[in-house]
Amino acid sequence: MNPRLTSDLILRTEHLRRAVKERILVEDASFEVRAREVVCIVGPSGSGKSSLLRLLNRLDEPTAGTVYVEGSDYRRIAPRELRRKLAMVTQRPYLFPGTVEENLRFGPAQHGQVLSQNAIEELLVRVGLKGYATRNVANLSGGEAQRVSVARTLANSPLVLLLDEPTSALDEASKLEVESLIQRIVRDQGLTCVLVTHDTAQAARLAARALVMDAGRILRDGPTSEVLHA
Amino acid sequence: MLRFFFSNPLSLGLAQAAVAALAAMLVVLLARKRGIHLESETLVAMLRGIVQIVAVGSILLLLLRGPRWTSGFLLSAMTVAAGAISARRAKGMPDAFRVSAWAIACGAGSVIALMTWLGVIDTAITSLVPVGSMLIANAMNTNGLALNRLRSDVLAHVGEIETALALGAEARVSVSPYVQASFEASLIPAIDSLRSLGIVWIPGLMAGMLLSGARPVYAAIYQFVVIAMIFAASGLTSLVSTLLIRSRIFTSAEQLILQPGR
Repeated sequence: MNPRLTSDLILRTEHLRRAVKERILVEDASFEVRAREVVCIVGPSGSGKSSLLRLLNRLDEPTAGTVYVEGSDYRRIAPRELRRKLAMVTQRPYLFPGTVEENLRFGPAQHGQVLSQNAIEELLVRVGLKGYATRNVANLSGGEAQRVSVARTLANSPLVLLLDEPTSALDEASKLEVESLIQRIVRDQGLTCVLVTHDTAQAARLAARALVMDAGRILRDGPTSEVLHA
Repeated sequence: MLRFFFSNPLSLGLAQAAVAALAAMLVVLLARKRGIHLESETLVAMLRGIVQIVAVGSILLLLLRGPRWTSGFLLSAMTVAAGAISARRAKGMPDAFRVSAWAIACGAGSVIALMTWLGVIDTAITSLVPVGSMLIANAMNTNGLALNRLRSDVLAHVGEIETALALGAEARVSVSPYVQASFEASLIPAIDSLRSLGIVWIPGLMAGMLLSGARPVYAAIYQFVVIAMIFAASGLTSLVSTLLIRSRIFTSAEQLILQPGR
Protein backbone atom coordinates (compact mmCIF):
# COMPACT_ATOMS: atom_id res chain seq x y z
CA MET A 1 0.00 0.00 0.00
CA ASN A 2 1.20 3.49 -0.80
CA PRO A 3 2.57 4.93 2.51
CA ARG A 4 1.41 8.46 1.65
CA LEU A 5 -2.15 7.26 1.14
CA THR A 6 -2.04 5.30 4.41
CA SER A 7 -0.97 8.37 6.36
CA ASP A 8 -3.68 10.39 4.57
CA LEU A 9 -6.37 8.09 5.92
CA ILE A 10 -8.44 10.08 8.41
CA LEU A 11 -11.55 8.01 8.83
CA ARG A 12 -12.28 4.35 8.31
CA THR A 13 -15.55 2.67 9.19
CA GLU A 14 -15.63 -1.07 9.63
CA HIS A 15 -18.88 -3.00 9.22
CA LEU A 16 -20.93 -0.34 11.01
CA ARG A 17 -24.38 -1.44 11.99
CA ARG A 18 -27.14 0.24 13.95
CA ALA A 19 -30.48 -1.28 14.81
CA VAL A 20 -33.12 0.19 17.11
CA LYS A 21 -35.50 -2.44 18.42
CA GLU A 22 -36.18 -4.53 15.32
CA ARG A 23 -35.46 -1.75 12.85
CA ILE A 24 -32.12 -1.74 11.01
CA LEU A 25 -30.95 1.81 10.32
CA VAL A 26 -27.44 1.10 9.08
CA GLU A 27 -26.11 -2.26 7.92
CA ASP A 28 -22.51 -3.27 7.23
CA ALA A 29 -21.25 0.20 6.30
CA SER A 30 -17.52 0.17 5.51
CA PHE A 31 -15.71 3.02 3.81
CA GLU A 32 -12.65 5.24 4.09
CA VAL A 33 -12.20 8.98 3.98
CA ARG A 34 -8.84 10.56 3.20
CA ALA A 35 -7.53 13.98 4.17
CA ARG A 36 -9.00 16.91 2.21
CA GLU A 37 -11.55 14.63 0.57
CA VAL A 38 -15.19 15.71 0.21
CA VAL A 39 -17.47 12.69 0.35
CA CYS A 40 -21.18 12.89 -0.21
CA ILE A 41 -23.65 10.35 1.20
CA VAL A 42 -26.73 10.34 -1.00
CA GLY A 43 -29.93 8.38 -0.98
CA PRO A 44 -33.68 8.72 -0.55
CA SER A 45 -35.35 9.69 2.76
CA GLY A 46 -35.05 6.92 5.32
CA SER A 47 -32.10 5.29 3.56
CA GLY A 48 -29.91 5.64 6.67
CA LYS A 49 -27.70 8.59 5.57
CA SER A 50 -28.19 10.71 8.71
CA SER A 51 -28.07 7.62 10.93
CA LEU A 52 -24.68 6.75 9.43
CA LEU A 53 -23.42 10.32 9.98
CA ARG A 54 -24.56 10.23 13.64
CA LEU A 55 -22.51 7.05 14.10
CA LEU A 56 -19.38 8.80 12.85
CA ASN A 57 -19.23 11.25 15.76
CA ARG A 58 -20.81 8.75 18.14
CA LEU A 59 -24.01 10.68 18.80
CA ASP A 60 -25.47 7.19 18.46
CA GLU A 61 -23.78 3.94 19.40
CA PRO A 62 -23.15 1.34 16.69
CA THR A 63 -24.78 -2.01 17.39
CA ALA A 64 -21.78 -3.58 15.68
CA GLY A 65 -18.60 -2.45 13.94
CA THR A 66 -16.51 0.58 14.70
CA VAL A 67 -14.83 3.68 13.30
CA TYR A 68 -11.10 4.37 13.19
CA VAL A 69 -10.10 8.01 13.44
CA GLU A 70 -6.50 8.56 12.35
CA GLY A 71 -5.92 4.89 13.00
CA SER A 72 -7.41 4.75 16.51
CA ASP A 73 -10.63 2.94 17.39
CA TYR A 74 -12.98 5.79 18.28
CA ARG A 75 -14.16 4.01 21.41
CA ARG A 76 -10.70 4.73 22.81
CA ILE A 77 -11.18 8.46 22.26
CA ALA A 78 -13.19 10.44 24.85
CA PRO A 79 -16.59 11.25 23.26
CA ARG A 80 -16.14 14.99 23.78
CA GLU A 81 -12.71 14.97 22.16
CA LEU A 82 -14.04 12.84 19.30
CA ARG A 83 -16.93 15.24 18.67
CA ARG A 84 -14.59 18.18 18.52
CA LYS A 85 -12.50 16.33 15.93
CA LEU A 86 -15.49 15.16 13.91
CA ALA A 87 -17.67 18.25 14.12
CA MET A 88 -21.22 18.23 12.91
CA VAL A 89 -23.45 20.84 11.28
CA THR A 90 -27.07 19.80 11.55
CA GLN A 91 -29.99 20.30 9.18
CA ARG A 92 -31.40 23.08 11.38
CA PRO A 93 -28.86 25.44 12.95
CA TYR A 94 -30.10 25.16 16.59
CA LEU A 95 -28.39 28.33 17.76
CA PHE A 96 -28.31 28.91 21.52
CA PRO A 97 -30.17 31.99 22.79
CA GLY A 98 -27.88 35.03 22.92
CA THR A 99 -25.49 36.70 20.50
CA VAL A 100 -23.58 35.30 17.55
CA GLU A 101 -20.37 35.78 19.53
CA GLU A 102 -21.65 33.74 22.47
CA ASN A 103 -22.53 30.92 20.09
CA LEU A 104 -19.04 30.96 18.58
CA ARG A 105 -17.44 30.88 22.02
CA PHE A 106 -19.49 27.85 23.15
CA GLY A 107 -17.42 25.00 21.65
CA PRO A 108 -13.95 26.23 22.66
CA ALA A 109 -15.25 27.12 26.15
CA GLN A 110 -16.14 23.45 26.69
CA HIS A 111 -12.47 22.59 26.85
CA GLY A 112 -11.41 25.71 28.71
CA GLN A 113 -10.37 27.73 25.68
CA VAL A 114 -11.35 31.39 25.36
CA LEU A 115 -11.86 32.49 21.77
CA SER A 116 -10.22 35.88 21.15
CA GLN A 117 -12.09 38.76 19.55
CA ASN A 118 -9.80 38.48 16.53
CA ALA A 119 -10.56 34.80 16.15
CA ILE A 120 -14.30 35.56 16.29
CA GLU A 121 -14.00 38.25 13.62
CA GLU A 122 -11.89 35.94 11.48
CA LEU A 123 -14.48 33.16 11.73
CA LEU A 124 -17.26 35.58 10.81
CA VAL A 125 -15.32 36.85 7.81
CA ARG A 126 -14.84 33.23 6.69
CA VAL A 127 -18.59 32.66 6.68
CA GLY A 128 -19.39 36.06 5.16
CA LEU A 129 -20.90 37.59 8.30
CA LYS A 130 -18.39 40.33 9.11
CA GLY A 131 -19.67 42.61 11.89
CA TYR A 132 -22.33 40.17 13.13
CA ALA A 133 -20.61 39.34 16.46
CA THR A 134 -22.98 41.28 18.72
CA ARG A 135 -26.17 40.47 16.82
CA ASN A 136 -28.83 38.50 18.63
CA VAL A 137 -29.35 35.13 16.95
CA ALA A 138 -33.13 35.61 17.18
CA ASN A 139 -32.86 38.28 14.47
CA LEU A 140 -30.96 36.22 11.89
CA SER A 141 -32.40 34.86 8.64
CA GLY A 142 -32.34 31.09 8.01
CA GLY A 143 -29.26 31.35 5.78
CA GLU A 144 -27.41 33.60 8.25
CA ALA A 145 -28.25 31.25 11.12
CA GLN A 146 -26.87 28.28 9.20
CA ARG A 147 -23.68 30.22 8.44
CA VAL A 148 -23.30 31.02 12.15
CA SER A 149 -23.79 27.32 12.82
CA VAL A 150 -20.95 26.51 10.38
CA ALA A 151 -18.70 29.17 12.00
CA ARG A 152 -19.53 27.78 15.47
CA THR A 153 -18.46 24.32 14.31
CA LEU A 154 -15.26 25.68 12.73
CA ALA A 155 -14.42 27.41 16.03
CA ASN A 156 -13.54 23.95 17.38
CA SER A 157 -10.88 23.54 14.62
CA PRO A 158 -12.24 20.16 13.50
CA LEU A 159 -10.39 17.47 11.64
CA VAL A 160 -13.48 16.45 9.67
CA LEU A 161 -16.63 18.44 9.02
CA LEU A 162 -19.81 16.35 9.06
CA LEU A 163 -22.70 18.13 7.33
CA ASP A 164 -26.19 16.68 7.73
CA GLU A 165 -28.39 18.12 4.97
CA PRO A 166 -27.17 21.64 5.81
CA THR A 167 -29.27 23.35 3.16
CA SER A 168 -32.49 21.33 3.21
CA ALA A 169 -34.28 23.74 5.57
CA LEU A 170 -33.30 26.82 3.51
CA ASP A 171 -34.84 28.69 0.59
CA GLU A 172 -33.14 28.51 -2.81
CA ALA A 173 -31.07 31.72 -2.41
CA SER A 174 -29.83 30.79 1.10
CA LYS A 175 -29.14 27.25 -0.08
CA LEU A 176 -26.78 28.50 -2.81
CA GLU A 177 -25.10 30.88 -0.31
CA VAL A 178 -24.40 28.04 2.15
CA GLU A 179 -23.28 25.74 -0.66
CA SER A 180 -20.71 28.26 -1.90
CA LEU A 181 -19.61 28.80 1.72
CA ILE A 182 -18.96 25.06 2.09
CA GLN A 183 -17.04 25.01 -1.21
CA ARG A 184 -14.94 28.00 -0.11
CA ILE A 185 -14.13 26.53 3.32
CA VAL A 186 -13.18 23.17 1.87
CA ARG A 187 -11.03 24.78 -0.84
CA ASP A 188 -9.31 27.40 1.32
CA GLN A 189 -8.71 25.30 4.43
CA GLY A 190 -8.33 21.91 2.80
CA LEU A 191 -10.90 20.59 5.27
CA THR A 192 -12.08 16.99 5.03
CA CYS A 193 -15.81 16.82 4.69
CA VAL A 194 -18.57 14.20 4.81
CA LEU A 195 -21.85 15.62 3.54
CA VAL A 196 -25.28 14.01 3.68
CA THR A 197 -27.79 15.11 1.09
CA HIS A 198 -30.81 13.75 -0.73
CA ASP A 199 -30.14 16.22 -3.55
CA THR A 200 -28.02 14.50 -6.21
CA ALA A 201 -27.38 17.78 -8.04
CA GLN A 202 -25.94 19.24 -4.84
CA ALA A 203 -23.83 16.13 -4.37
CA ALA A 204 -22.44 16.56 -7.88
CA ARG A 205 -21.68 20.25 -7.23
CA LEU A 206 -19.94 19.72 -3.90
CA ALA A 207 -18.26 16.32 -3.82
CA ALA A 208 -15.84 14.43 -5.98
CA ARG A 209 -16.83 11.14 -4.38
CA ALA A 210 -20.23 9.79 -3.38
CA LEU A 211 -21.64 6.89 -1.42
CA VAL A 212 -25.12 5.86 -2.48
CA MET A 213 -27.25 4.39 0.30
CA ASP A 214 -30.55 2.58 0.39
CA ALA A 215 -32.23 0.59 3.17
CA GLY A 216 -29.27 1.26 5.48
CA ARG A 217 -26.67 -0.21 3.12
CA ILE A 218 -24.00 1.44 1.00
CA LEU A 219 -24.85 0.32 -2.52
CA ARG A 220 -22.19 2.21 -4.47
CA ASP A 221 -18.99 4.09 -3.63
CA GLY A 222 -16.97 5.99 -6.21
CA PRO A 223 -16.56 9.21 -8.20
CA THR A 224 -19.79 11.22 -7.93
CA SER A 225 -20.36 11.47 -11.67
CA GLU A 226 -20.09 7.70 -12.03
CA VAL A 227 -22.05 6.44 -9.05
CA LEU A 228 -24.93 8.87 -9.43
CA HIS A 229 -25.51 7.78 -13.01
CA ALA A 230 -24.93 4.09 -12.50
CA MET B 1 -77.57 21.72 55.58
CA LEU B 2 -76.28 18.14 55.55
CA ARG B 3 -76.22 18.11 59.35
CA PHE B 4 -79.96 18.60 59.20
CA PHE B 5 -80.39 15.25 57.45
CA PHE B 6 -77.53 13.24 58.97
CA SER B 7 -76.95 13.06 62.69
CA ASN B 8 -74.61 10.04 62.65
CA PRO B 9 -70.97 11.23 62.08
CA LEU B 10 -70.19 8.39 59.66
CA SER B 11 -73.28 9.02 57.53
CA LEU B 12 -72.55 12.74 57.63
CA GLY B 13 -68.97 12.13 56.49
CA LEU B 14 -70.10 9.92 53.62
CA ALA B 15 -72.69 12.50 52.56
CA GLN B 16 -70.06 15.25 52.65
CA ALA B 17 -67.71 13.08 50.56
CA ALA B 18 -70.47 12.42 48.02
CA VAL B 19 -71.25 16.14 47.68
CA ALA B 20 -67.56 17.04 47.26
CA ALA B 21 -67.15 14.25 44.67
CA LEU B 22 -70.22 15.56 42.84
CA ALA B 23 -68.65 19.03 42.64
CA ALA B 24 -65.47 17.48 41.21
CA MET B 25 -67.50 15.49 38.65
CA LEU B 26 -69.31 18.68 37.60
CA VAL B 27 -65.93 20.13 36.64
CA VAL B 28 -65.18 16.95 34.72
CA LEU B 29 -68.48 17.31 32.84
CA LEU B 30 -67.67 20.93 32.02
CA ALA B 31 -64.26 19.83 30.73
CA ARG B 32 -65.96 17.14 28.64
CA LYS B 33 -68.10 19.82 26.98
CA ARG B 34 -64.86 21.47 25.85
CA GLY B 35 -63.59 18.18 24.46
CA ILE B 36 -61.27 17.36 27.37
CA HIS B 37 -61.92 13.80 28.56
CA LEU B 38 -60.97 13.28 32.20
CA GLU B 39 -63.99 11.17 33.21
CA SER B 40 -62.50 7.76 33.78
CA GLU B 41 -59.18 9.01 35.18
CA THR B 42 -60.91 11.33 37.67
CA LEU B 43 -63.49 8.76 38.70
CA VAL B 44 -60.86 6.07 39.31
CA ALA B 45 -58.61 8.57 41.15
CA MET B 46 -61.48 9.69 43.40
CA LEU B 47 -62.57 6.14 44.21
CA ARG B 48 -58.96 5.17 44.91
CA GLY B 49 -58.47 8.29 47.00
CA ILE B 50 -61.47 7.65 49.25
CA VAL B 51 -60.66 3.96 49.68
CA GLN B 52 -57.01 4.74 50.44
CA ILE B 53 -57.69 7.53 52.90
CA VAL B 54 -60.35 5.54 54.76
CA ALA B 55 -57.97 2.55 54.89
CA VAL B 56 -55.16 4.75 56.25
CA GLY B 57 -57.58 6.29 58.76
CA SER B 58 -58.50 2.82 59.98
CA ILE B 59 -54.85 1.74 60.15
CA LEU B 60 -53.95 4.91 62.02
CA LEU B 61 -56.69 4.14 64.49
CA LEU B 62 -55.04 0.76 65.14
CA LEU B 63 -51.54 2.20 65.24
CA LEU B 64 -52.36 4.87 67.75
CA ARG B 65 -51.71 2.33 70.43
CA GLY B 66 -48.73 0.74 68.66
CA PRO B 67 -44.98 1.24 69.32
CA ARG B 68 -43.27 4.39 67.95
CA TRP B 69 -41.24 2.55 65.31
CA THR B 70 -44.45 1.92 63.38
CA SER B 71 -44.33 5.59 62.26
CA GLY B 72 -41.00 4.92 60.53
CA PHE B 73 -42.45 1.84 58.85
CA LEU B 74 -45.54 3.71 57.68
CA LEU B 75 -43.59 6.70 56.37
CA SER B 76 -41.17 4.40 54.52
CA ALA B 77 -44.08 2.58 52.88
CA MET B 78 -45.59 5.95 51.93
CA THR B 79 -42.26 7.01 50.36
CA VAL B 80 -42.12 3.88 48.20
CA ALA B 81 -45.74 4.37 47.11
CA ALA B 82 -45.05 8.07 46.39
CA GLY B 83 -42.03 7.08 44.29
CA ALA B 84 -44.13 4.65 42.26
CA ILE B 85 -46.93 7.18 41.72
CA SER B 86 -44.75 10.11 40.68
CA ALA B 87 -42.58 7.88 38.44
CA ARG B 88 -45.67 7.46 36.26
CA ARG B 89 -45.37 11.14 35.32
CA ALA B 90 -41.96 10.37 33.87
CA LYS B 91 -42.86 7.74 31.30
CA GLY B 92 -39.85 6.71 29.25
CA MET B 93 -37.35 8.20 31.71
CA PRO B 94 -34.80 5.53 32.62
CA ASP B 95 -34.93 4.36 36.22
CA ALA B 96 -37.76 6.80 37.06
CA PHE B 97 -39.08 4.78 40.01
CA ARG B 98 -35.73 4.42 41.75
CA VAL B 99 -34.87 8.06 41.14
CA SER B 100 -38.26 9.19 42.47
CA ALA B 101 -38.14 6.98 45.57
CA TRP B 102 -34.58 8.07 46.39
CA ALA B 103 -35.35 11.74 45.78
CA ILE B 104 -38.45 11.65 47.99
CA ALA B 105 -36.59 9.69 50.66
CA CYS B 106 -33.75 12.24 50.61
CA GLY B 107 -35.98 15.32 50.34
CA ALA B 108 -38.92 14.51 52.60
CA GLY B 109 -37.02 11.98 54.73
CA SER B 110 -34.22 14.33 55.70
CA VAL B 111 -36.64 17.17 56.57
CA ILE B 112 -38.81 14.81 58.65
CA ALA B 113 -35.74 13.41 60.44
CA LEU B 114 -34.24 16.82 61.13
CA MET B 115 -37.49 18.40 62.32
CA THR B 116 -38.32 15.43 64.52
CA TRP B 117 -34.84 15.55 66.05
CA LEU B 118 -35.20 19.30 66.65
CA GLY B 119 -38.61 18.74 68.25
CA VAL B 120 -40.57 20.68 65.61
CA ILE B 121 -42.52 17.51 64.80
CA ASP B 122 -43.75 15.53 67.77
CA THR B 123 -42.62 11.90 67.85
CA ALA B 124 -46.13 10.65 68.67
CA ILE B 125 -47.61 8.62 65.83
CA THR B 126 -50.65 10.88 65.70
CA SER B 127 -48.39 13.82 64.90
CA LEU B 128 -45.43 12.30 63.03
CA VAL B 129 -47.44 10.24 60.51
CA PRO B 130 -49.90 12.95 59.38
CA VAL B 131 -47.27 15.70 59.20
CA GLY B 132 -44.73 13.36 57.59
CA SER B 133 -47.29 12.20 55.05
CA MET B 134 -47.99 15.83 54.13
CA LEU B 135 -44.30 16.35 53.38
CA ILE B 136 -44.06 13.10 51.41
CA ALA B 137 -47.21 13.86 49.39
CA ASN B 138 -46.00 17.32 48.45
CA ALA B 139 -42.53 15.98 47.65
CA MET B 140 -44.24 13.41 45.42
CA ASN B 141 -46.14 16.11 43.53
CA THR B 142 -43.04 18.24 43.11
CA ASN B 143 -41.03 15.24 41.93
CA GLY B 144 -43.73 14.31 39.39
CA LEU B 145 -43.84 17.88 38.09
CA ALA B 146 -40.04 18.12 37.85
CA LEU B 147 -39.61 14.83 35.97
CA ASN B 148 -42.58 15.46 33.72
CA ARG B 149 -41.32 18.94 32.79
CA LEU B 150 -37.77 17.72 32.26
CA ARG B 151 -38.99 14.89 30.05
CA SER B 152 -41.09 17.17 27.84
CA ASP B 153 -38.36 19.83 27.68
CA VAL B 154 -35.70 17.31 26.69
CA LEU B 155 -37.96 15.73 24.05
CA ALA B 156 -38.75 19.19 22.66
CA HIS B 157 -35.08 20.22 22.55
CA VAL B 158 -33.27 17.11 21.32
CA GLY B 159 -31.74 19.18 18.50
CA GLU B 160 -30.29 21.79 20.86
CA ILE B 161 -28.99 19.15 23.30
CA GLU B 162 -27.31 17.11 20.57
CA THR B 163 -25.88 20.26 19.02
CA ALA B 164 -24.23 21.08 22.36
CA LEU B 165 -22.91 17.48 22.59
CA ALA B 166 -21.63 17.70 19.00
CA LEU B 167 -19.74 20.86 19.96
CA GLY B 168 -17.94 18.94 22.71
CA ALA B 169 -20.12 19.86 25.68
CA GLU B 170 -20.47 17.56 28.67
CA ALA B 171 -23.85 15.84 28.93
CA ARG B 172 -24.71 17.79 32.08
CA VAL B 173 -23.95 21.10 30.33
CA SER B 174 -26.10 20.18 27.33
CA VAL B 175 -29.23 19.71 29.49
CA SER B 176 -28.54 22.27 32.19
CA PRO B 177 -31.08 24.88 30.91
CA TYR B 178 -33.83 22.23 30.99
CA VAL B 179 -32.81 20.83 34.38
CA GLN B 180 -32.93 24.35 35.80
CA ALA B 181 -36.30 25.11 34.18
CA SER B 182 -37.84 21.88 35.46
CA PHE B 183 -36.55 22.53 38.97
CA GLU B 184 -38.00 26.04 38.96
CA ALA B 185 -41.33 24.95 37.47
CA SER B 186 -41.75 22.13 39.98
CA LEU B 187 -41.47 24.59 42.86
CA ILE B 188 -44.12 27.01 41.59
CA PRO B 189 -46.96 25.39 43.62
CA ALA B 190 -44.85 25.34 46.81
CA ILE B 191 -43.79 28.97 46.36
CA ASP B 192 -47.38 30.03 45.62
CA SER B 193 -48.56 28.17 48.75
CA LEU B 194 -46.08 30.15 50.84
CA ARG B 195 -47.03 33.41 49.15
CA SER B 196 -50.77 32.98 49.48
CA LEU B 197 -50.75 31.51 52.97
CA GLY B 198 -53.52 33.10 55.01
CA ILE B 199 -54.56 35.44 52.19
CA VAL B 200 -55.97 33.01 49.65
CA TRP B 201 -56.29 29.89 51.76
CA ILE B 202 -56.33 28.61 55.30
CA PRO B 203 -54.76 25.17 55.04
CA GLY B 204 -56.35 22.02 56.41
CA LEU B 205 -53.97 21.55 59.30
CA MET B 206 -54.68 24.99 60.71
CA ALA B 207 -58.40 24.56 60.16
CA GLY B 208 -58.21 21.21 61.98
CA MET B 209 -56.27 22.71 64.88
CA LEU B 210 -58.79 25.55 65.18
CA LEU B 211 -61.67 23.08 65.11
CA SER B 212 -60.04 21.02 67.85
CA GLY B 213 -59.73 24.11 70.05
CA ALA B 214 -56.09 25.20 69.58
CA ARG B 215 -55.23 28.88 69.98
CA PRO B 216 -55.50 30.60 66.58
CA VAL B 217 -52.04 32.23 66.77
CA TYR B 218 -50.33 28.93 67.61
CA ALA B 219 -52.34 27.15 64.90
CA ALA B 220 -51.27 29.83 62.41
CA ILE B 221 -47.60 29.63 63.36
CA TYR B 222 -47.60 25.84 63.21
CA GLN B 223 -49.26 25.98 59.81
CA PHE B 224 -46.44 28.24 58.61
CA VAL B 225 -43.95 25.74 60.04
CA VAL B 226 -45.60 22.94 58.07
CA ILE B 227 -45.72 24.94 54.82
CA ALA B 228 -42.05 25.91 55.24
CA MET B 229 -41.18 22.24 55.85
CA ILE B 230 -43.16 21.29 52.74
CA PHE B 231 -41.18 23.83 50.74
CA ALA B 232 -37.88 22.49 52.07
CA ALA B 233 -38.84 18.86 51.43
CA SER B 234 -40.20 19.62 47.95
CA GLY B 235 -37.20 21.71 46.95
CA LEU B 236 -34.72 19.11 48.11
CA THR B 237 -36.68 16.33 46.40
CA SER B 238 -36.80 18.20 43.11
CA LEU B 239 -33.10 19.02 43.32
CA VAL B 240 -32.15 15.41 43.99
CA SER B 241 -34.48 13.92 41.39
CA THR B 242 -33.42 16.26 38.56
CA LEU B 243 -29.76 15.66 39.35
CA LEU B 244 -30.21 11.89 39.55
CA ILE B 245 -32.26 11.66 36.35
CA ARG B 246 -29.86 13.98 34.49
CA SER B 247 -27.14 11.38 34.47
CA ARG B 248 -29.55 8.59 33.56
CA ILE B 249 -30.84 10.12 30.33
CA PHE B 250 -27.38 9.75 28.77
CA THR B 251 -25.27 6.69 28.09
CA SER B 252 -21.73 6.47 29.42
CA ALA B 253 -20.58 7.75 26.00
CA GLU B 254 -22.73 10.87 26.51
CA GLN B 255 -25.41 9.91 23.99
CA LEU B 256 -28.94 11.12 24.66
CA ILE B 257 -31.16 8.12 25.46
CA LEU B 258 -34.43 10.01 25.67
CA GLN B 259 -35.51 10.52 22.06
CA PRO B 260 -38.94 11.01 20.48
CA GLY B 261 -40.37 7.71 19.28
CA ARG B 262 -37.76 5.54 20.98
